Amino acid sequence: MAKIQLNGRKLELKNKHTIFALLKKYKIDGKKIAVELNGKIVNRNKYKTVYIKNLDKIEIVHFIGGG
Amino acid sequence: MRNDIFRVGNQVLKSRLIVGTGKYKSFKETVQAVKISGADMVTVAVRRINILDKKKPLLTDYLDPKKIKYLPNTAGCFNSEEALRTLRLAREMGGWKMVKLEVLGDKKTLYPDMIETLKATKILVKEGFKVLVYCSDDPLLARELEFLGASAIMPLASPIGSGLGIQNKINLSIIIRNSKVPIIVDAGIGTPSDSTIAMEMGCDAVLVNSAIAKAKNPILMAESFKNSVISGRQAFLAGRMQKLFYADASSPSKGLI
Repeated sequence: MAKIQLNGRKLELKNKHTIFALLKKYKIDGKKIAVELNGKIVNRNKYKTVYIKNLDKIEIVHFIGGG
Repeated sequence: MRNDIFRVGNQVLKSRLIVGTGKYKSFKETVQAVKISGADMVTVAVRRINILDKKKPLLTDYLDPKKIKYLPNTAGCFNSEEALRTLRLAREMGGWKMVKLEVLGDKKTLYPDMIETLKATKILVKEGFKVLVYCSDDPLLARELEFLGASAIMPLASPIGSGLGIQNKINLSIIIRNSKVPIIVDAGIGTPSDSTIAMEMGCDAVLVNSAIAKAKNPILMAESFKNSVISGRQAFLAGRMQKLFYADASSPSKGLI
C-alpha cells in the first residue's frame, strides 16, 4: 500500500501502480496532460515503467483557458 | 497586406491579433469568439487537472491544439521558479517551445516582477524556449529582455484586466523604435480603438482577453477587434499624414468665384 499525494489530495493506493495505471484509474487521457513526480517531470514515454512509491507527491496538469 | 507577414519566435502568424481564452462563460463561447477573431494563436494556462470530476470537459476538446497554436502562459506565477516549472510542464504536454512568460510581482496590480522576469527569460532561452515576455513599459528593461534573447517583448498597456488602454504612449513608442524583435501589446486593452492605436503606433501585434470575454456580446466584440487590428496595421503601413498647427483647406482656392 502506498500513501500518496495527488494534486494536493491525500490518497491510498492498495495495489502497485505505474503512472499509466494511475491515469487509467482516473480515466485521464495521457496525451492531454503532463505529470510531475516529486517535483520532476515524468517523460511521457515512461508512464508504463515508473512505479508509484509510498509518500510520492504527484501533480497532473492540463491546459485551461487563460490570458 | 498580403506580403505583410508576421513572424514571431519560430512561427508565422496570419493574424496580428492574439487572443486569450480565459474569463468566457463557456467553452462554446470561447470557441466562437476565437474563431470570429481570426486569431491563429491563443494563450492558455497550465493548472491541476480535476481528478474528482472525470467528466468535466477540457479546453483541448474544444480548441484543438493541432488546428490553433497554443501559447502556454505562466499566469499566477510570482517567482521565476514557479514560472519555469509551469513552462517545462507545458513543453512536456505537447512540445510547445514558444511560450508566454509572465512573472507577477503584486497581487493587486498584477504588475510584472521584472527582476524575476529577466532571470527566468535567461534560463528559458538557454533551454531552447522561444519566449514572449510580458513586461513593464520600461524601455531599458525591454532592451535588456531583447539582449537576453526574448523572441518578443510584450509591454503592458495598463494593468491586466483593467481595460484602461495605453497609458504611456511615449514609453511604448520608444520601445517600438528601439526593438528588433516583435512588440506585442499585452494587458490593459479595453476596447478595439485601443488596439488600433497600438497598431498605428507600429506595434507588431496585440494580445486581448478580458476586453473580448467581458464584453456584453463577446462574439461581436471579437469581430470588432479583428477589424480594429487590421485597420491599425493598414494605417501604419500607409503612413499617416503630417500634423499641422493650422488649417489647410481641402478644396482648391484657384478658380474661386
